Amino acid sequence: MQRIESMMIEKAKALLSSGEVNRVLGWKKGELGFDVEPCVFTSEDSLKDFVYNAFCGANLSKYLVGETKKEGKILVFLKPCDSYSFNQLIKEHRINKDNVYTVGVECQGKVDNSKLKENGIEIVDGVVETVEEVTIKANGKDYAFKKDEIVLGKCSVCEKKLLSYDEVISINEKRTPSIDRFEMVKKLESMTADERYAFWKDQLSNCIRCNACRNVCPACTCTKCVFDNDNSGIASKANSDSFEEKMFHIIRAFHVAGRCTDCGECSRVCPQHIPLHLLNRKFISDINRLYGEYQAGEDTESKGPLTNFTKGDAEPSEVFGGNN
Amino acid sequence: MQKIGVFVCWCGSNIAATVDVKKVADVLRLEPGVVISENYQYMCSENGQALIRNAIKEHGLTGVVVCSCSPRMHEATFRKTCESAGLNPYMVEIANIREQCSWIHKDIEEATEKAIVLGRSAIAKLKLNAPLTAGESAVIKRALVIGGGIAGIQSALDIAEAGYEVDIVETSPTIGGNMAKLDKTFPTLDCAACILTPKMVDCAQNEKIDIMTFSEIESVKGFVGNFKVQIRRKARFVDEKKCTGCGVCMQKCPSKKGLNDFNMGLNKRPAIYIPFAQAIPNVAIIDPEQCLKLKNGKCGLCAMNCQVNAIDYTQKDEIIEREYGAIVVATGYKPISLENFNEFGYSSYPDVVTSLELERLMNAAGPTDGHLVRPSDHKEPKVITFIQCVGSRDTSGCGKPYCSKICCMYTAKHAMLIREKYPNTEVHVFYIDVRTPGKNYDEFFRRAVEQYGVDYIKGMVGKVYEENGKLMVQGSDLINNEQVVIPSDLVVLAAAIEPNPSVRNIATMVTASIDTNNFLTEAHAKLRPVESPTAGIFLSGVCQGPKDIPETVSQASACAAKVVGLLSKDKLKCNACVSHSDEMLCTGCSVCANVCPYGAITYVDKEFRIGGGKTETRRVASVNEAVCQGCGACTVACPSGAMDLKGFSNKQIMAEVDAICKR
Repeated sequence: MQRIESMMIEKAKALLSSGEVNRVLGWKKGELGFDVEPCVFTSEDSLKDFVYNAFCGANLSKYLVGETKKEGKILVFLKPCDSYSFNQLIKEHRINKDNVYTVGVECQGKVDNSKLKENGIEIVDGVVETVEEVTIKANGKDYAFKKDEIVLGKCSVCEKKLLSYDEVISINEKRTPSIDRFEMVKKLESMTADERYAFWKDQLSNCIRCNACRNVCPACTCTKCVFDNDNSGIASKANSDSFEEKMFHIIRAFHVAGRCTDCGECSRVCPQHIPLHLLNRKFISDINRLYGEYQAGEDTESKGPLTNFTKGDAEPSEVFGGNN
Repeated sequence: MQKIGVFVCWCGSNIAATVDVKKVADVLRLEPGVVISENYQYMCSENGQALIRNAIKEHGLTGVVVCSCSPRMHEATFRKTCESAGLNPYMVEIANIREQCSWIHKDIEEATEKAIVLGRSAIAKLKLNAPLTAGESAVIKRALVIGGGIAGIQSALDIAEAGYEVDIVETSPTIGGNMAKLDKTFPTLDCAACILTPKMVDCAQNEKIDIMTFSEIESVKGFVGNFKVQIRRKARFVDEKKCTGCGVCMQKCPSKKGLNDFNMGLNKRPAIYIPFAQAIPNVAIIDPEQCLKLKNGKCGLCAMNCQVNAIDYTQKDEIIEREYGAIVVATGYKPISLENFNEFGYSSYPDVVTSLELERLMNAAGPTDGHLVRPSDHKEPKVITFIQCVGSRDTSGCGKPYCSKICCMYTAKHAMLIREKYPNTEVHVFYIDVRTPGKNYDEFFRRAVEQYGVDYIKGMVGKVYEENGKLMVQGSDLINNEQVVIPSDLVVLAAAIEPNPSVRNIATMVTASIDTNNFLTEAHAKLRPVESPTAGIFLSGVCQGPKDIPETVSQASACAAKVVGLLSKDKLKCNACVSHSDEMLCTGCSVCANVCPYGAITYVDKEFRIGGGKTETRRVASVNEAVCQGCGACTVACPSGAMDLKGFSNKQIMAEVDAICKR
């Protein structure tokens, strides 16, 4: 990974100095070592803060909605999962492809920052990564983790490939997941309706409606979100019961159904650690069962199963039985 | 300030027997905005409509709520009434207090309360209504008939007779459908081919009719008067224009092991074949699964022997696009699969056959040249047992809950023909009921029993099993109250019929409604039986419900009359309840255009102010109002809520819901 980082910086400098691009969208070092954040670099000099390591979980594709409207081309680094979101946004005409230069970068899973604290790590001094392990330097010692112990939920099941790029930076060290992506969905499906309601009620009761999930979601790029629209009749409305507010998540899951690439950003940014991606993943699992395997963002042209009719389309009642 | 008039209809006793109409009118009179609230016995009658017209003039009404039957019944009527009194027709709302209230409730108090709530909900919506104006669109003067059986043939002939062009699209290589396979037809016993094939020839010769066989509907876009249809012309590997139907290729073809579909698989045919002697078009077709040349490149005998060079092994499927003003669905039926009826031994014993197979065994052009012999040993059967209602009137879930309608008559026909031609044959028929309403039908059945001595046994068959070379049919005789076992040589199953399975796809493509048995739903069971609720889509033949030939032909002609009525108009009034996009909310994501079945949505780049003296260019949806049919698919699909429907806005619908939920 350290090798990839220097290759990326080299590439960014070259493209900036040749004038091919005038900005670089990447990740910037934080003060605490793990608090990496997305950043637009405008000069070769500013790239001294550029970082690409095990903490770069953030999906950069959504920033391109605004960035590609600006003058000049921007260089963006896309991890495999980001490249699916990128494609989906291209399909929805949200990114101006002419104004972006994409470089695909290899990824071996990113660290779940919440697991650092659980291990007593407050400040990270350094990180060394191999395909299956991460060693974090903190508190004057080395903490070694197996990838499965420390990576984000989305990374532990990731089977994504690099899809969309003008060029690619790779050292050919791909990690293969050991966990079934739909394991938890199956668990939820096997519950009774009451048990499932209790599960979600419990989880969603932690929601503080900070909107982080929506703001980070690459499928949520509406010019004006329905939840912010005074005319929709739902903004600033009194709740009729304690669960109504939580419908936000269910409505949001419906809005992104068929378009969600399962990038897992919603769960990554949730300060309350609500497994929001499970709502989307249930939709994905249902779509797969109804219309055949479908991965949103895999291409930039197709209509997608929920907005298309084909002769082979199944009837939901035939797949799930009459009363579902 | 709105001035709303409420008009509560009794519908004779249809509503008034279960809903206290006076109370509904009295309570709704107290709603804010309501200035007059009346009840009347028949609001749709001339007097009832006059009541509405007078109230509009007298009170200067700005909107009207009619509490009556379904809007599908009389919305158009009341819109016209109001328009004639100077009110915009889209300022009318219907509260359905019949289908959705009086007909489904018994308790007067509950029904009355519900009727009031439905009235309130209509008032709440009406308050957000705005006057709308409908545009006009041109009618394409050409009809499409999907299906080339007797229903499609008759509809096409009648439409062409009226002077309009019509295309028949048929999936199999010839028109004629199931009727072409039949031997004789009840109740007059004339031969099916003798009465059908002249009609097929008429179709072929009529210059207004274009027949596309071995073709399928690929997609349907558009709306009444303006359908755009893609048709897949499947590769038949024979040039239809060159082939003369001489049949030399069939004789030369060395690969003769294909099952002859036309003879229900009872004999074999070559890889290149003409389905039957009178096929229209009389053109050969190659079965690519069977053809040696297409499978492994070796052979080519047909091409070598074809005098007119009609064989083309490189032919590919071709998709053509045509425009139509009206579409007739005439997809017909097929007998059900008998896999759920193992008790009758259909898959175990070759001498258990379906009635349609028997038709081929008795047909002079069939596999046995009309000589009725058993498929197993080609011997003449001496005892034949018919089993009726195999899968019909079956509520067990194995078959179909409905009566297939044609089986009683064709079984009587078969029994009679066999007794006539082979008088020494014993014929038994197991039946639940014999249903023979229809002109000369009951007489026909009685003739089978009384003159031809067919043994009718009331009761169902439990099982068919083989013993000493005989098929033992074990059933109950309910009249003599005993179990009977009839050793038979041939068993004939009157298999239920079901709509052609392709109809589901076609219904989805043309957005026509379909019922739980896959029969297409008519716009009104009694008063509009040949129209689909979707404008411009018409129903011909068994796709709408089980029918025999006389009924099918009548319905096909009725259907043609409706098509001609539509095609004779130059312009149609468009729907005023069209969709529109709120450009401030639209993100240009194309989801609406993807789901739009009419291709009504395009995108434009527009400049918007974004504050600070700046502008930005955004891609936004734009609706072609002449093309939009107001189906609302876009409003549901739009993630940002930018799409909304005039006359059915999200706000109006929420207002209705709120009015219903309010206590």
